[in-house]
Amino acid sequence: MAGNGRTLFQKVWDAHSVRTLSNGQTQLFIGLHLIHEVTSPQAFGMLRDLGLKVVYPKRTFATVDHIVPTDTRKEPFADALAQGMIDALRKACREFGITFFDTHTGQQGIVHVIGPELGLTQPGMTIACGDSHTATHGAFGAVAFGIGTSQVRDILATQTMALSPLKVRRINVDGRLSLGVYAKDVILHIIRRLGVNGGTGYAYEYGGRVFDTMGMDGRMTVCNMSIEGGARVGYVNPDATTFTYLKGKPYAPQGKDWDAAVERWKHTASDANARYDDVKSFDAGEIKPTVTWGVNPGQAIFIDETLPSPEDVPAEQQEGHADALQHMQFKAGQAIEGVKVDVCFIGSCTNGRIGDLREAARVVKGRKVANGVKALVVPGSDAVGKAAEKEGLDRIFTEAGFQWRQAGCSMCLAMNPDKLVGDQLCAATSNRNFKGRMGSPTGRTLLMSPVMVAAAAVTGQVSDARKVFGL
Amino acid sequence: MSLDKITQVSGRAVHVPGDDIDTDQIIPARFMRCVTFDGLGEFLFHDARFGPNKESKNHPLDRPEHKGATIVISGDNFGCGSSREHAPQALHKFGIRAVIAGNFAEIFFGNATTLGIPCVSVAKEDREKLVATIQANPNVELTVDIVAQRVRYGDNEVPCSIREAARKALTEGQWDPIGQLIEGRDAVAKLAAALPY
Repeated sequence: MAGNGRTLFQKVWDAHSVRTLSNGQTQLFIGLHLIHEVTSPQAFGMLRDLGLKVVYPKRTFATVDHIVPTDTRKEPFADALAQGMIDALRKACREFGITFFDTHTGQQGIVHVIGPELGLTQPGMTIACGDSHTATHGAFGAVAFGIGTSQVRDILATQTMALSPLKVRRINVDGRLSLGVYAKDVILHIIRRLGVNGGTGYAYEYGGRVFDTMGMDGRMTVCNMSIEGGARVGYVNPDATTFTYLKGKPYAPQGKDWDAAVERWKHTASDANARYDDVKSFDAGEIKPTVTWGVNPGQAIFIDETLPSPEDVPAEQQEGHADALQHMQFKAGQAIEGVKVDVCFIGSCTNGRIGDLREAARVVKGRKVANGVKALVVPGSDAVGKAAEKEGLDRIFTEAGFQWRQAGCSMCLAMNPDKLVGDQLCAATSNRNFKGRMGSPTGRTLLMSPVMVAAAAVTGQVSDARKVFGL
Repeated sequence: MSLDKITQVSGRAVHVPGDDIDTDQIIPARFMRCVTFDGLGEFLFHDARFGPNKESKNHPLDRPEHKGATIVISGDNFGCGSSREHAPQALHKFGIRAVIAGNFAEIFFGNATTLGIPCVSVAKEDREKLVATIQANPNVELTVDIVAQRVRYGDNEVPCSIREAARKALTEGQWDPIGQLIEGRDAVAKLAAALPY
């Protein structure tokens, strides 16, 4: 922890600090502001009430993702409230001069999927969005975080917000991931070990051999779920993998600007002698396919483990533990392998990218979704969907019996028609398993990797994908 | 924009037990398909309070002895999950003016402070004392004193803590920073012009 160099977090914070406010917080410039239809309408309303304009309209970009139906884009939507929300966003973007990647543009998708694929997300930026999974963009070496609607208003009006700096915890994952173990398992494992509250007040800097060799899709999966571990910010230092991904993307610097940007981005990475507030280290070889069994993302076990008993849990967590078992209709000490599933969902800002779909399609090819299982694959963006179709992944999925949908948040959070019914149990690649998350108060969610969801789909039960697919 | 200085919140309290109470519990997403924050109070903790046929589950918030309570007492990691401001908005519209918990999720804490809702941390043993007191007598008035960082009830008090920046913002009437942020416009323009992107 010794050293007087700066972490990436400190460098980016210093570069964007405007001044200190009366309560000691920093007025922080937000370089890139992303908005969507759920957390922006009230912010625009507040702007209108205050008689304010958007100060730098070119620094804000909009998409629609949470409420869009994934079966058809035909308007008016069956849900009049959802129609009202997309209409409000269209009106606001026209009024204030904001670019909106609307459903007909071919560039629509989940906000944390389209930012990177458009090259809007870049190293060294501060990025904010009214959505806690904004941490995803940290995969590019940005300081990216979720905000509330009042901060959306603040950024629209001033391009700044009030914030206190975070501490930085360095998380090393060294060694080698075993076959059948993916980025999703890495972050579920980290949250299990450090706790859902462990990262509160911290930014997580992920590094070590596993991250050095991980592609951008995997880095995004890990950074995405930082907030589930309490860390508002999660990032990976930018490197050649980052630059290769961004080169040629529509909003990335071009020509001479590109070379200058890469030089600048290299210096954004944490100094070798950076000082961290805390360091944790993990051995990748110990990580196995991980499945959540409970009602928060930290309640997770390896596929070959059994659910913890009350005795295994600290006294103050026992009541919550018992409550979780009851909601999920599980028993302490039972296996998670073999649990029957009703619904399988591949998608979301956590695992809805082309890399996720390719790997799921690779293992599922030639297999069939089990009888009685409803299985959905929802690409994270129109661009991901088109790329998948070009590679024939959609046909692999539909021939297997999956439904192939259009881009949106879908089942992750029940603000669109994709919901659980009753106490259905869903194997999902999304990021939250809270009670009622998927639209039914008694519904149950198990979080896992895309390949693990694929295994559950073809067997009809939670399974070890390594055995099912011979990995 | 002139805001009240918030130095303390006094009122009756209600215990919402449990750790890791997440924002989906506080306000289920299906009630967020709205373009204003109006009417959100009705849906506070909806699925914990009401069954599938809207029947009451006799949640503490609905018990007659807690009607009009303005302070919630809860566990650790209160407000974890989403950045949705709808969560503290629902609390505020329901009538809640302060939250006492073991500790708070970060984004929720920031959102609540911006609405002028003090979120104070109280140690477990002390929270147990508060809960026992209000269970014995729901009419007891609590005072969450942000200046002295104490929760007073009757002749008793327990310590509480709140992050210094939030404490200053609340007590100095700067808990919604929009005014100050606008005042910084020249410095903002200078930084924006110098930013390499």
